[in-house]
Amino acid sequence: MLSFVGLGLYDEMDVSVKGLAAIRDADLVYAEFYTSHLAGATPERLAEFYGKEVRILSREEVEVSPEGWIGKAREKKVAFLVGGDPMISTTHLDLRLRALRMGIVTRVIHSSSIVTAVSGLTGLQNYRFARSTSIPYPYVASGKRIVATSPYDVVVENLDRNLHTLLFLDIQPDRYMTASEGAALLLEMEEISGGDRLRTALGVGVARAGSDDAVVIADRLPKLADRDLGGPLHILVVPGRLHFMEAEGLVALAGAPAEILDGAGP
Amino acid sequence: MGKRKKIAERVTALMDKPDKIRNIGIVAHIDHGKTTLSDNLLAGAGMISMELAGKQLFMDFDPLEQARGITIDSANVSMVHEFKGEEYLINMIDTPGHVDFGGDVTRAMRAVDGAVVVVDAVEGAMPQTETVLRQALKENVHPVLFVNKVDRLLNELKVDKQEMQLRLGKLIDNINKLIRGMNEEKYKAGWKVDAAEGSVAFGSALYNWAISVPQMKSTGIGFGEVYDYCQIGDMKTLAERCPLYVAVNDMVIRFLPSPIKAQKERVGVIWHGDRSSKLYKSMESCDPAGPIAFMVTDISVDPHAGEVATGRLFSGTLERGMELSISGVAKPNRVQQTGIFMGADRIEVEKIPAGNIAAVTGLRDAFVGSTVSSDRDATPFEDIKHVSEPVVTVAVEAKNTRDLPKLVEVLRQVAKEDPTLNININEETGEHLMAGMGELHLEIVAYRIQRDKGVEITTSPPIVVYRESIGGKTSGAVEGKSPNHHNRFYIEIEPLLPEVVDAIKAGEVSMKMEELERRNILISKGMDKEESRNISGIFESNIFINMTKGVQYLRETMELMLEGFVEATKNGPICREPVQGVKAKLIDVKLHEDAIHRGPAQVIPAVRQAVQAGILMANPTLLEPFQNVFIQVPQEQMGGAMSEIQGRRGMILSMETEGDMIIIKAKAPVSELFGFAGAIRGATEGRSLWSTEFAGFEPIPPAAMVETVRQIRGRKGLKTEMPKPSDYLKA
Repeated sequence: MLSFVGLGLYDEMDVSVKGLAAIRDADLVYAEFYTSHLAGATPERLAEFYGKEVRILSREEVEVSPEGWIGKAREKKVAFLVGGDPMISTTHLDLRLRALRMGIVTRVIHSSSIVTAVSGLTGLQNYRFARSTSIPYPYVASGKRIVATSPYDVVVENLDRNLHTLLFLDIQPDRYMTASEGAALLLEMEEISGGDRLRTALGVGVARAGSDDAVVIADRLPKLADRDLGGPLHILVVPGRLHFMEAEGLVALAGAPAEILDGAGP
Repeated sequence: MGKRKKIAERVTALMDKPDKIRNIGIVAHIDHGKTTLSDNLLAGAGMISMELAGKQLFMDFDPLEQARGITIDSANVSMVHEFKGEEYLINMIDTPGHVDFGGDVTRAMRAVDGAVVVVDAVEGAMPQTETVLRQALKENVHPVLFVNKVDRLLNELKVDKQEMQLRLGKLIDNINKLIRGMNEEKYKAGWKVDAAEGSVAFGSALYNWAISVPQMKSTGIGFGEVYDYCQIGDMKTLAERCPLYVAVNDMVIRFLPSPIKAQKERVGVIWHGDRSSKLYKSMESCDPAGPIAFMVTDISVDPHAGEVATGRLFSGTLERGMELSISGVAKPNRVQQTGIFMGADRIEVEKIPAGNIAAVTGLRDAFVGSTVSSDRDATPFEDIKHVSEPVVTVAVEAKNTRDLPKLVEVLRQVAKEDPTLNININEETGEHLMAGMGELHLEIVAYRIQRDKGVEITTSPPIVVYRESIGGKTSGAVEGKSPNHHNRFYIEIEPLLPEVVDAIKAGEVSMKMEELERRNILISKGMDKEESRNISGIFESNIFINMTKGVQYLRETMELMLEGFVEATKNGPICREPVQGVKAKLIDVKLHEDAIHRGPAQVIPAVRQAVQAGILMANPTLLEPFQNVFIQVPQEQMGGAMSEIQGRRGMILSMETEGDMIIIKAKAPVSELFGFAGAIRGATEGRSLWSTEFAGFEPIPPAAMVETVRQIRGRKGLKTEMPKPSDYLKA
């Protein structure tokens, strides 16, 4: 049996009771923290809290050669822990499919995800979100700095339909992208693409969702690019047209400029 | 030193008068007397004493060059010459003649507009003469001819007056035949050399005299007088009545173009960007007020100022403090000092206008071949293609392990200074490989690492560099999967036509050209029209073609796919030797919708592995380098020379008799030619003269392939059996 267990948003306390039971019942406990991670907990604290040894898998062990540890689920109860809710990261589906092909029984134990927490913290309504996207760090290839511009295209497409865009921010082993870095990159993509939609657009940055000091800040993107939202993890939203309730929410919960109330509609 | 300063002042005064400037290179076969000639020109300009000219070899200022009696590095000097009452600035580069240092000649040709080709009157045109002439024509650099060692004709060959003129005439005919053979168009357009007009001078650099036909009237010295003076051995009078520097410099000023004239013709040959751009117009007119266009042709290290980038300024005016972009580098560099060279000394000047050869510090990210511009998006100059490739490798080790970090740094530095050197630092195995043009080249580099950089090293015996290639194609596309399984790449591998490979190696086709120009050349070489239109990248002599249509996100993924292709071609799948002649066609791609799932860590390995596996499915072959060997040997020693060649898997291509000498042309694999220098000396009692040139790569005999692969892989610490496609395609 292979159980995909979601650990929730921030620290070791965010796991569900069902999830915790599955972990305590497991013979082997693995975890991956490269798609997302619990910024408020260390591996040691997790192990102590669960009362289990937790083996953290490298990206290579998850993507390239997972057969070894997945195979153990043929005979044993294996729990595979991930930040947030499993299957939101597409890599997890690949693992589940592999396990099924190997004849292994699988289950998913859900937990809270940033995808819903964002609605909770910002007041933006869930049904007004369109397709989400991720902002990767730019990379250097053959001496050139390359900025992928497809996230910008997604945002513009959604804006055209008056819908919000949720933007996941890159997590690397040695760094994590902040909401302000994300805002700056979106503006850079706009410059490369020759557009003019985002210069005056609103952005909403969320930091440390699920913690006691979660921060939500809404401001025009160029201004947001200069704001410091503190420690990890961050996420960014570019809202489309605002419902008047949403506008009120952003002003009250995220310190958005009051003038957005004028533009809000039904 | 006061004298130097004065010359520098005169030089600076002429720098902004491009019609009074000549940028020239002195080129020749080894030992035909380039450096001796340069000495004469320097003495004429008052930079060294006339007595020392011909003996000082001022331009060979490295003691290593003086000890070996050969030029290793190109050296620059700026000097002033008076012609018809007006002062001219001659920026001169003396280049090496030994084939191992041919890369220096190639690079120098980019910096200059004209070349003085020096030929020994007795030996005539030799293989390197042909090579340097070809390089000059390719770069659109005008040649004039200096026939050196004319005294040898009389003193050694004892020819009479008539015979002397006949021989000289034949020599000039030969040079013109070469020019015509290389470029008929240019030959017809007046690029041949002509003694009657004055684009040929005759003389003796060692004895400091020279004549040319137009000057016979004013000096009163013709071939008859030369003959007589030589007969009685009175070289001194000849040198007084017709000093070499006057004859040669006058010829340079009259026949070689000024930067204004030259750039009009040359820029279109060495730069393939947009012809309606401001940059092109400014380069074409050599405009000092235009944007900066500077091509780096040499990097050296000054113990005080750090790295000095020397090169040709085609447009704009270089000044300290300028922020300039370097091709292929994201961040700009700031110019610290601008100067000119006087042999080993660099003299700072305030600014350098277009049309000059400049020495600049502060361009830390520049390599030899970099384009430096004030325009961030400037199209770079064409690469400087050297005819030869690095074919010999040695492994380098630090004698003391504590020097290891320094060695890595030093190796990176020497690679930056010498683009014909290939450094391969394997961080997994800790092996440092250094590949160069030949044994001598590597010997000199190794020596300098110890002497100049102060790192004690040991080097392994030399081994040759192989090439991996293919004889067939994959049946259908090879599927490469990204590690996260979210992206799939379908690639077909096929051999490139030999004509296309040759065109890439000769620099006739590159990614820096406008698409239409590139497409037309490729089509003319026999490439399919559809393929020619879809070229995404050319690396060494391999091409990546995108045959897909309308795939979403392809554009922002392309650079990564190319990076994967480059990795595969730098380290071929057979035994991690470079790949040549391979065409990879991208047939289909399935990309994940989200950019984060198709980053470098996903795309690069997927494409690399597909290409590597594809090569192994397309009848892989291993190629080894060959050299042409030219041997001049007296008849009685011929047998010894022939058996030296035949014992080394060599083939005799031709044999000609010239007087009592036999000229043998042969071809042999480089791997068999190690130690040839000593062996041929022994076999011919030291009476042979010989030289080599690169002759390309050829497949090794199939019977030897398995064993050779085993050896190379073993040496590199890889598992020794021939790899299979499945080794590269992990599920």
